[in-house]
Amino acid sequence: MKLIIAIVRPDKLNDVLEALYRADVRGLTVSRVMGHGGETERVENYRGTSVKVALQEKVRIEIAVSLGFVDLTVKSILAAARTGDVGDGKVFVLDLDQVHRIRTGERDEAAVTPPLPSAV
Amino acid sequence: MPLPALLPLLQDAAPTVVPADTAWMLVSTALVLLMTPALAFFYGGLVRSKNALNTMMMSFVALGAVGILWALVAYSLAFAEGNSWIGGLANAGLAGVGVEAKGTIPHVLFMAYQGTFAIITAALISGAVVERMRFGPYVAFIVLWTLLVYAPVAHWVWGGGWLMTRGVLDFAGGTVVHINAGISALVAAIVLGSRKDYGRQAILPHNVPFVLLGAGLLWFGWFGFNGGSALAAGELAALAFTNTFLAPMATLVVWALLDFFRTGHATAVGGATGIVVGLVAVTPAAGFISPLHAILLGAIAALPSYYAIAYRARTRLDDSLDVFAGHGVGGITGALLTGVFAAKAWNGAGNDGLLAGNPGQLGLQALGVGTSVLYAGAMTFVILKVLGAMTALKAAPRTEGLGMDVTQHGEEAYGNGEGSILVLPSEAAPDSAPIVATIPQTAAR
Repeated sequence: MKLIIAIVRPDKLNDVLEALYRADVRGLTVSRVMGHGGETERVENYRGTSVKVALQEKVRIEIAVSLGFVDLTVKSILAAARTGDVGDGKVFVLDLDQVHRIRTGERDEAAVTPPLPSAV
Repeated sequence: MPLPALLPLLQDAAPTVVPADTAWMLVSTALVLLMTPALAFFYGGLVRSKNALNTMMMSFVALGAVGILWALVAYSLAFAEGNSWIGGLANAGLAGVGVEAKGTIPHVLFMAYQGTFAIITAALISGAVVERMRFGPYVAFIVLWTLLVYAPVAHWVWGGGWLMTRGVLDFAGGTVVHINAGISALVAAIVLGSRKDYGRQAILPHNVPFVLLGAGLLWFGWFGFNGGSALAAGELAALAFTNTFLAPMATLVVWALLDFFRTGHATAVGGATGIVVGLVAVTPAAGFISPLHAILLGAIAALPSYYAIAYRARTRLDDSLDVFAGHGVGGITGALLTGVFAAKAWNGAGNDGLLAGNPGQLGLQALGVGTSVLYAGAMTFVILKVLGAMTALKAAPRTEGLGMDVTQHGEEAYGNGEGSILVLPSEAAPDSAPIVATIPQTAAR
């Protein structure tokens, strides 16, 4: 099992979600975060005050997948989130020791496999 | 109103300024000016948060650009003596616009009052092109549009032009303001094309309370728009005021019922839209029909606009904030119903409509609608094509993705300043490198 963490642009979130849906990757967590990935600071002016906006809004997506899904998930995110400009984000893949599904008490591979529609 | 005994004296003498009329028109002018910020809130709440400031600025900028243009040239083209198609340049640069009476109010006040109409009409169009039209070309567009579309049509209907001579009834601007803006919005949405996300993902209003606030302030300002169109304090202003009070109430009720039976809920965005549609529809009729007919007019007006919006949402046409369905369709409904409900018993200066035994008035109203639709539609198309040949009207998809606030204005509506670094004056000194927003390096701004 791996934990995939992707940091992407907010306006690319819908594209990423769509790509993941098409790849049959279900079960993810999304949070709004601030970050900086080496892009040039944007300058904003508010009357007399000029500021460099160093932290950009980003979206963080967390997905726990079984080994067979790692490459597919990463490829889907890379393709959907890319614009080609600095600031497109990162994808991190981490080892995962344990996963527990709270509802059923299932663990590991069984816990990251989505429940069958009939079981819902 | 002057005492009856004084009336002959006043009519014989040169026009005089009447203080009561002046007081009401001063208030009305301020009320109508407030409608443009109100529209900014109405439109601003309907867009996504990354475009809130740009959308609001599209309304606010009209206060500057269109207002100054009005004073310098457009007022004269609309209201100075001319032929039946366009006014002359006698009042250009405010020449001859002093404190002497125009009707019963000072001429400067008449000019200012009419200017507030030109401003909001231009701002109305922005709803069709929000979240994608570049700011510079938008400003150029509304300036040219005011000069080439608004001023001539205002002259036709109000300034002594050919529609006025023929007897088309438009009390406060159903044709000049709403049909004009509505059809131009439709053409602008077609010429520009849709937002990149339109029809692909849900684009939802980011602040519905703003939408309600805007609708409420629009209603408040509209009392000056319609009530002030009597150009005097008195019976006619009271009639127009009361009709403006009643018609949107009926539209709101019918709209909420339609919403409820169609979706199971009476929605807030729907309610706000219903109020605006009712206000639009009663605008041409306000000073010509009875209050009971105003309720009927408001109720009827909900139907065409409601279904036009429902239909539009299923098409590829990205008239983003439904300016055509609201103002175009609502304005046409109101203009035609004016020809149905108008009654000389309520306004001797008006005319009888269909119900009072004069079906010809309905034909005249249709003539006003038809010419306005054709002229405004064609001219908007030409202006946008000419501007589009000189510069890109639409932001690049990348810019659209980042949002128009940051890319067009270098500001955020809801930024909290976290992670921002103050640029000290020394860093911004003239001899240092110019500070430019560097985000859309590859995209047209």
